[in-house]
Amino acid sequence: MLRELARGLGTTFKSMFERPVTVQYPEEKREVRPRFRGRHVLKRYDNGLEKCIGCSLCAAACPSDAIFVEASANTDEKRFSPGERYASTYEINMLRCIYCGFCEDACPTEAIVLGDNYELSFTDRRDAIYPKEMLLESVASAAQTTPQKTNAGEFTRSVPEMKDSTD
Amino acid sequence: MTKQVTLTIDGKQVTVADGMLVIDAAKTAGIDIPVFCYHPKMEPVGMCRQCMVEIGRPMIDRATGKAILDDKGDPKVQFMPKLETACTNPVSEGMVVLTQSDKAKAGQKANLEFLLTSHPLDCPICDKGGECALQDLTIAHGPGQSRYLYDEKMHLAKNVPLGELIFLDQERCIQCARCIRFQDEIAGDAVIDFDERGRSTQIVSLSDPGFDSVFSGNTTDICPVGALTTADFRFGARPWELNASASICSQCPVGCNLTFNTRREAMADGTIVIKRVMPRQNEEVNETWICDKGRFAYHYVESDARLGKSLIRKDGRLARASWDAATRAAGQAFAEAKKNFVVLASGRLSNEDLFNLKSLADQVGGKAVLYSNMGGGDLTALVGVGAGTNFGEMGKGTTIVVMASDLYEEAPIWYLRVKQAAERGATLIVANPRETKLERYSDFVIRYSYGDEVKTVQDLTKKGKVGDAFTKAENAVILFGSEGLGLEGSTALATACARALNDTEHVGKPNNGLIGVWQRANDQGAWEIGFRPEENLAAALKGKTVYVVGADPAGDDPALAKALSSAEFVAVQDLFETETAKLADVVLAAQAYTEREGTFTSGERRVQRFYPAVPALGESKPDYAITSQVARQMGVILEGTSASVVFDIMAADIPVFAGLNYARLAEVKEQWPIVGRGDMYYGGSTYENKQGLGVQLSNAASRGEKATLPRVQKVAAVRPKENKLLAVPFTKLYDRGATVASTELLDQRIGQAFVVLHPSAAKNLGIEAGERAKLTLDGINEEVVVKIDDTIPAGVVLVPRSMGLPINEPGEAGLKAGKKAAVR
Repeated sequence: MLRELARGLGTTFKSMFERPVTVQYPEEKREVRPRFRGRHVLKRYDNGLEKCIGCSLCAAACPSDAIFVEASANTDEKRFSPGERYASTYEINMLRCIYCGFCEDACPTEAIVLGDNYELSFTDRRDAIYPKEMLLESVASAAQTTPQKTNAGEFTRSVPEMKDSTD
Repeated sequence: MTKQVTLTIDGKQVTVADGMLVIDAAKTAGIDIPVFCYHPKMEPVGMCRQCMVEIGRPMIDRATGKAILDDKGDPKVQFMPKLETACTNPVSEGMVVLTQSDKAKAGQKANLEFLLTSHPLDCPICDKGGECALQDLTIAHGPGQSRYLYDEKMHLAKNVPLGELIFLDQERCIQCARCIRFQDEIAGDAVIDFDERGRSTQIVSLSDPGFDSVFSGNTTDICPVGALTTADFRFGARPWELNASASICSQCPVGCNLTFNTRREAMADGTIVIKRVMPRQNEEVNETWICDKGRFAYHYVESDARLGKSLIRKDGRLARASWDAATRAAGQAFAEAKKNFVVLASGRLSNEDLFNLKSLADQVGGKAVLYSNMGGGDLTALVGVGAGTNFGEMGKGTTIVVMASDLYEEAPIWYLRVKQAAERGATLIVANPRETKLERYSDFVIRYSYGDEVKTVQDLTKKGKVGDAFTKAENAVILFGSEGLGLEGSTALATACARALNDTEHVGKPNNGLIGVWQRANDQGAWEIGFRPEENLAAALKGKTVYVVGADPAGDDPALAKALSSAEFVAVQDLFETETAKLADVVLAAQAYTEREGTFTSGERRVQRFYPAVPALGESKPDYAITSQVARQMGVILEGTSASVVFDIMAADIPVFAGLNYARLAEVKEQWPIVGRGDMYYGGSTYENKQGLGVQLSNAASRGEKATLPRVQKVAAVRPKENKLLAVPFTKLYDRGATVASTELLDQRIGQAFVVLHPSAAKNLGIEAGERAKLTLDGINEEVVVKIDDTIPAGVVLVPRSMGLPINEPGEAGLKAGKKAAVR
């Protein structure tokens, strides 16, 4: 019986000198894996224009009906995205979202990307609905905010040329 | 019965009528042949080349004229060396069609790839994406990948306005010409056409204002791609996100079947709103079309001016009140009034609302007055068109008379259907004092002077070319309107028309009888229920206790405003705080017809159901329920919880509705062409009718009852006097009525208040076209813009109804040149 006890304690003492697998969250945060699917981000082009064109295909693909999109027309005076159409309302209900990433697959402009933010907790159900302002990527300079004033005929194409990773 | 032909399509034996096209024959057998340019309502043109199939015909021995048989004794079939279009080839006996052979499939696939060579593939932002023929057929028959790079494609202008209602995307257009053919063949307004050639071919509008047709919205339904879209629905929603609610158009007496597409919207504070209006197939009413008024003028139901709560006058001001307080106040006043109680209701209300109002008036001992200045609804109940009447079946042997009505402006879908009947061989007689659009398709035009309406109808029964066309016709229908007429005149006209039909025995049968071109959707229903218009309305309201429902007399006519302000008590039940409501003691907030259930009776006396599409605004209630609550406060029990029960009570009470109920009105049957199912490429994005075709009421003549028609009342016709102008009313499609004016999109079409003058009259007054003038009617001055038309008589000035000018009947008018300012 003493023998068993010693063996058990031996395991305990051994693990005292091993590197711990746990991290001290939230003081310490672990890097997520490259394919991790966290909270969504709406991407921008380099010039600051939104990639999202308000096509609502993400909402159509969403199995838990978490995304809600309303579109409006762009003008050269007030341009949010290339082409004729932009998302004037874009909401994701984070309580509904199951982080499956179908919205990413459905997006024709690679505008919606599941990012690495997993810190989602709310004290009110309404707070779980992220509007477009919270989802959009931040910009580097004030000149890149949308809407922008652009030259006529410069941004006519809504859906950009998509590069296949296998090419 | 026409000759039947049997052919084989993909190994399936199909028997169809001779002369049918291969593509339609395949459709009846449930076989889909992809197509873009062909539409079952239009002549085939074979432009898109998509419906390529292999067609074989039995070989015939020229010497004997008999089929050559093979070894097995079957007829030998000879296939054409190349593919043929299924939309241009009529069926023939023994024909063999292969739609799925390797050759046919290769042809269809190659053609799709060809059509896509200059298509931008911007489906994600296209309003048609999701209900697009090109998308659907590419998935079903086309190549999976494009071999053409975007930059190498032909790039043309996007978002080109053809008019203020319709946008064209030139890149997306596949030049099928469906829209051009629709405007030319069906609508009769050839205002758009192709310009340029080859790859630069594009659609242009030839009219000013652009796309000047009241049927323009239909082209967006039949466009097989997203080339034509409406300004109203631009980026409104994706089609798969929309819910569909069946309804009936409330804008005119045709009663077109509609579908309201609705969606919850963040921009509207999270409520469910109507995003667009689509036609719903009813081959006996509107086929698969609707007019632009029906399509775009629905915005009044979501207007900010809507009443969400009832009001009571306190210390001279209207203040918010509970339902109980408001209905009690109204009920008390009505109960006290007894004989002095007047219900003034309009044909904007449903049958159920009107029935409850009539019951209330009867219980109290008051009067039920229809707010209208057109008479004759009692006659359409006697000799109206027989059950089974269908303009779509009229052709040779039928005579259609259009009296004192400009159908294009008053009932556009009737215009379209009468025009098509005339093109099929029906004799069309158009009688109007001025030129109307329908005349282009007529066999006889009768141009009479304002005031000669009755005589013109009486002349129809006399011998002569026109008279024979009417009296000797197998079937005859008269549509009578109120152009240039008040209540008295139109009643006399209706009586003359009814007598003419009765004398020539054109009553009591399908496709025979009288139709009133009413000013509101349910005027016919109001007549059936027992409402009658009042000749001198102002006098009938003075000092009385008035219950005004769905009408704005004070806003329409200052004389009525004066009468109402001296009324004992006024209760107004409406959607808006109208001018009449401002005079009221109690204002009751009613629901719009899109928020509730009910039925309308169309001009053809078809009772049709409409269903709720959007949630009710605020505390508003359906009209029949409010009336019931008011009645309850007076100790009178009227049904107020369910529209269908009100209808059942009405059916038990009014013989003409006997045997009808909501279930019967919701019955449907198979209709041709097949539309609105999975195959939108075929009939367009029109909705299939699953919610009811309605039932046409019987009339006295068809029940075999002897109709005793009244004598034609002698009316002292008002004639233009020397050096004086005679003002005559006429109806304009886009007016300033409460149900149109809040649609901003139609502002340009509604325009300013105007009058129409003959060039000589304008010259005498020193007024030029487009100038402002001062119009005096009954001592009231209004500023108007003057338009010139040389087809109208010289001594009259045409004044449009519902444009803010108080005109109820023909009368003297003064016109003076105003400040010089050029206005369009």
